[in-house]
Amino acid sequence: MRYVIATALAVAMAAAPAHAKVLRYSTNADLLGLDPAINNEGPTNAMKTNLYEGLIYRGIDLSLSPGLATEWSQVSPEVWRFKLRQGVKFHDGTPLTAADVVFSLGRYKAEQSDMKSYVATVKEIRIVDPQTLDFVTNGPDPILPQQLPLFYIMSKVWAEKNNTTQVVRGTSAPTYINFNANGTGPFKLVERVADNRTVVEPNKDWWGKAEHNLTRAEFRPIANAATRVAALLSGEIDLMYPVPAQDVQRINATPGAKVLTGAELRTIFFGFDQARDELLDMKGSGKNPFKDKRVREAFYKAIDIQGIQRVVMRGSSRPTGSMVAPGIAGFSEEVDKRPAYNPDEAKKLLTEAGYPNGFPVTLDCPNDRYDNDEAICQAVVPMLTRIGVQIKLNAQTRSKHFDKIGLKENYNTSFYMLGWTPGTFDAHNMLVNIVTLKEKDSGIFNSGRYTNPKVEELSKKAETEMDLKKRQELMVEAQKIHKDDYGHIPLHQQTLAWGVRDTVDGSVKPRPSNDVDLRQIKMK
Amino acid sequence: MFAYIARRALQSVLVMASVAFVAFALFQYMGDPINQMVAQDASAAEREALRRVLGLDRPFYVQFLVFLKNIATGNFGFSFRVGSPVAQIIAERLPATLELVFVAAMFALFIGVPAGVYTGLHRHGAMSRFMLTISLIGVSLPTFLIGILLILIFAVLLGWLPSFGRGQTVQLGFWSTGFLTTSGLKALILPSITLGLFQTTLIMRLVRSEMLEVLRTDYIKFARARGLTNRAINFGHALKNTLVPVITIAGLQIGGLIAFAIITETVFQWPGMGFLFITAIQFVDVPVMSSYLVLVALFFVIINLIVDLLYFAVDPRLRVERSVSAH
Repeated sequence: MRYVIATALAVAMAAAPAHAKVLRYSTNADLLGLDPAINNEGPTNAMKTNLYEGLIYRGIDLSLSPGLATEWSQVSPEVWRFKLRQGVKFHDGTPLTAADVVFSLGRYKAEQSDMKSYVATVKEIRIVDPQTLDFVTNGPDPILPQQLPLFYIMSKVWAEKNNTTQVVRGTSAPTYINFNANGTGPFKLVERVADNRTVVEPNKDWWGKAEHNLTRAEFRPIANAATRVAALLSGEIDLMYPVPAQDVQRINATPGAKVLTGAELRTIFFGFDQARDELLDMKGSGKNPFKDKRVREAFYKAIDIQGIQRVVMRGSSRPTGSMVAPGIAGFSEEVDKRPAYNPDEAKKLLTEAGYPNGFPVTLDCPNDRYDNDEAICQAVVPMLTRIGVQIKLNAQTRSKHFDKIGLKENYNTSFYMLGWTPGTFDAHNMLVNIVTLKEKDSGIFNSGRYTNPKVEELSKKAETEMDLKKRQELMVEAQKIHKDDYGHIPLHQQTLAWGVRDTVDGSVKPRPSNDVDLRQIKMK
Repeated sequence: MFAYIARRALQSVLVMASVAFVAFALFQYMGDPINQMVAQDASAAEREALRRVLGLDRPFYVQFLVFLKNIATGNFGFSFRVGSPVAQIIAERLPATLELVFVAAMFALFIGVPAGVYTGLHRHGAMSRFMLTISLIGVSLPTFLIGILLILIFAVLLGWLPSFGRGQTVQLGFWSTGFLTTSGLKALILPSITLGLFQTTLIMRLVRSEMLEVLRTDYIKFARARGLTNRAINFGHALKNTLVPVITIAGLQIGGLIAFAIITETVFQWPGMGFLFITAIQFVDVPVMSSYLVLVALFFVIINLIVDLLYFAVDPRLRVERSVSAH
């Protein structure tokens, strides 16, 4: 038995074509599942983008280009018109129709959908003719195309045939669509074993011209960083991320392997409680020092971000004064400039504010969420102690941290660390979630409850401003006011690092969202 | 005998129920599963809706009773993370863990017992000293370090063995086995050494000290006086009398191997239950965690029962005493 199988395996291997270009790649966690309407998470969305397509495609450089729609325009303030690409087939051979787009919208809007935010402004889709679709929005939505790359189009016929039209999570029967995929994308799903491997092969009938040269790609998650590095060094995988900072040199020193770096889109920052009348650690005093702008400024200026970049991050970060990264619509060079590090001035500001001897406060920090998160907080503790603040560090695992600083425990924090990537690649997403709270559903992670009427107003205006240039100005203006308020302390964007073997072509670059779009991959 | 097993079975149900209760009480402090399941910018209403759907809005004792009721009917619930039934996920992962534990246990027994006998008999030999020194490494180095060291030597430097995964597996009914392919067997070597090394050295040291003890006793001297062969004395008389403590420890250690395969499985990305449990903890996947803990409790209970029954087989005194006290 063993012999037979081993022989069969050997034959199968020998039979593989000599020009096979197989990419074996890895990251630290498995995909959450394949259902396009749930599992809204970076690496999972990246895999879905290989299998499924949206009307619009977001490229490696984050620019938009035609996907399943060949062109689009805003025909009236509340209507976006899309021309559907003709002759496109799903992997199972059924043709793409306008009805599939409407069906997909229905699933995205279903109660248990996790992708609602991408189609939140879409009221309905009208089929004008089989090639023309009108997206009717609730009020003007100038940035709808920005949100649509993750609106994946599913086959209605296929979903109905497999009895998997519903969006369900966790409680009832397992859904077929979460374990199988039938998109129009450039890759087809061959095999998926949870926590083990996901294998795809090129879709030969894809409408576009393939830029990759793969014949097969195997995604094999490896949770343990040291093992992931070892697998790269031994040549068992061709590409992996993230590379731990301490292993960069070792990989570069190994013949046949190297580390590629790029800038990530997530911004790491600290926030302060500006809502409570009394700070959590100052029971009975009736005071909340963070309500005073001078105290926030003192904290800001007491943090030596260059030191953190050099020592804690070992150079793998890009210090910033902005709450969004370069590449995000609404990023401004001017906002990005940080006020200079100045502990003496910080001490003076604290004295002026009436706290010459500082005050007690707890810094809430995750210890397994961002690169060196706990180490950054540990480095900040002595910096703030230096200006007299009696700071205590509370670092814990991510699920506990986000409960504590989030809605679950009613923002039970005075001073906290958080990171944010605008899911729409647009600064307005940050404005809504992080620095405003008056609008419905805004301020979910505005844990310090920072608010400024001017920022609220500008953010609201930007939401419906049709002129993109004007909109950009509104968003920058809002960020400037927030910056002058010292509403948060932006720290840095992490540098992302990919480890690759020399089997991977030199044209491959890590992309800012830190996931793998197989369309970009070339093998030697 | 039958009454004894029945009583033990009843006790084991109680043990598992209390494990489940403690587990559920602890889950309340683990963080909110909802945070892991929704997009970062999901609204409060969306979060609440999902919480209601999953039944997480109910107090913990209600959740616990629902869980008890469900497992009594064989329903282990659905994984929050993977979205499949927990029973199915565990059935998929169990073979990987059991095969790993089996090989590790065989490794521990077939290396540990002979090495223990050898070092017991040749106390001052150079070889014995060498083995005892090596065994210190097994006792003192933590598992993940041994795993990483082995990967470094055999996968990265020598390139002989894979650094992660299970290799090619063959599906025999519901059981996926790695025993039938070369890559599957190769993939088993490093993780099973990593997992079994501590047990190997433990068993070796235990057998050695028991042997030293037994070899001093009178009946061994008598056996020698009777002119029995060394082989008959060492293995027939001495080793057999060292077995009761060895069986106890080995039995408990097998339970430990299953429960603590977690670290080895994480280091080697071994797709077994331990790895499943670790990911479940990170994701606050309550149905998987609770089912896993109950299952591990069941394993311990069964292994302990088997160990107790083995005493009867190995030690004749137990049989006599039981019959005397049973009047």
